[in-house]
Amino acid sequence: MNNQKLLLDYTLRLADDALIIGHRISEWCGHGPILEQDIALTNTALDHLGRARSLYQYAAEQFNQLPVEEKKSIFTSVAIQNMVQAGASLDEDDLAYLRDGWDFKNLLLLEQPNIDWAFTIARSFFYDVFNYFFFDQLKASNDASLSAVAEKSLKEVTYHLRWSSEWVVRLGDGTDESHKRMQHAVNELWSYTGEMFTINGTDKAMQQEGVGVNLEGIKQMWTEHIKVVFEDATITIPAGTWMQQGGKEGRHSENLGYILAELQFMQRAYPGMEW
Amino acid sequence: MEGVSKEQVYEWLSAVTDPEVPVLNILDLGIVRNVAISGSDDDIEIKVFITPTYSGCPAMDVISIGIRMALMSRGIGKVSIELQLSPAWTTDWMTESGKEKLKAYGIAPPHRKAFQPLGLFEEDKVSCPRCGSEETELISQFGPTSCKALYKCLTCKEPFEHFKCH
Repeated sequence: MNNQKLLLDYTLRLADDALIIGHRISEWCGHGPILEQDIALTNTALDHLGRARSLYQYAAEQFNQLPVEEKKSIFTSVAIQNMVQAGASLDEDDLAYLRDGWDFKNLLLLEQPNIDWAFTIARSFFYDVFNYFFFDQLKASNDASLSAVAEKSLKEVTYHLRWSSEWVVRLGDGTDESHKRMQHAVNELWSYTGEMFTINGTDKAMQQEGVGVNLEGIKQMWTEHIKVVFEDATITIPAGTWMQQGGKEGRHSENLGYILAELQFMQRAYPGMEW
Repeated sequence: MEGVSKEQVYEWLSAVTDPEVPVLNILDLGIVRNVAISGSDDDIEIKVFITPTYSGCPAMDVISIGIRMALMSRGIGKVSIELQLSPAWTTDWMTESGKEKLKAYGIAPPHRKAFQPLGLFEEDKVSCPRCGSEETELISQFGPTSCKALYKCLTCKEPFEHFKCH
């Protein structure tokens, strides 16, 4: 891949992460255990969706500048192939609604289902800690658009992290039942955490270019931070070292298909529909 | 039409309010970052640079429409709006008169500099906008809009919203 395509891959992955976690969290809307926490999750989902929009807009801008032959080689869906064929430009909505599952590059962790409050909290906590250190580093990116998104997002991620950390402690150091559920969720989701730090060709190239961040460094900070909060929460860090991966390459769990079926249905069934 | 000054444009923009907090105009909020005027006579073009309060704030679309309408009603034919993410918006940019208006409206304004993140389980001490009591309690860090938290006054017993320091 050339640098233009690598930057597009990097931008899209961050956008997909934001869209998929935002969608998962938004599934709690109207189902939260109490109104205040329902609102907390809806607010958080909105922040993630806002970030997704900024990143998809930037990704679309990059895509539209590619030569036609390259455009054809990036996304497989007939809807997008037809648009490229017709010489149309893509926008943020096309990228969210018209790409197929294997063209999504989000982390597997983020597509995992809500299951219960403890799973929802554990998933957010693992991701929020990562985001906090990731965006703090991405602020220094020499790509002005990514740096601006990072600067903006870091402020929001800071309170996301505070919220999910408090819940990890509240559940972990709570009742026997809440402790059991928190520990169970942490154990079950643990094998999805390694993928945040795997360095593929895109990560390597983007770091070399001064666009992306050093995931090795993030991993150390993430591990240290998790340790401190889990100690407060009386939660044991799982011993397992085998980690799931594939999301960054477009290989997903079956969960993503169900998310996209719901998310994309309207635009796929009634192309161009507006209301 | 004669030349338009920046001051004039800012004055027109002061008529555009936040749809969620209608006592504040977009200048009080600090979301207008710059104004660029080009062209002359009947072909004046105005570009307004705004920054979102929060990444997903749905009010930004309504505010953009408000800006367009405010300027077009003054006879400006070409209006464009540019969204600018950096530097990231902060409540430190809210004007003092904006804070006073918020308080009079019943919303506790941001009371300290942003970027002093709170520790876990730490709460902001906020005074009641109605009776001024400092005996208040956080109900929820999140409220009906991204920018507000919910509090309760323990003295006058009224619930109220707090515009969070961000």
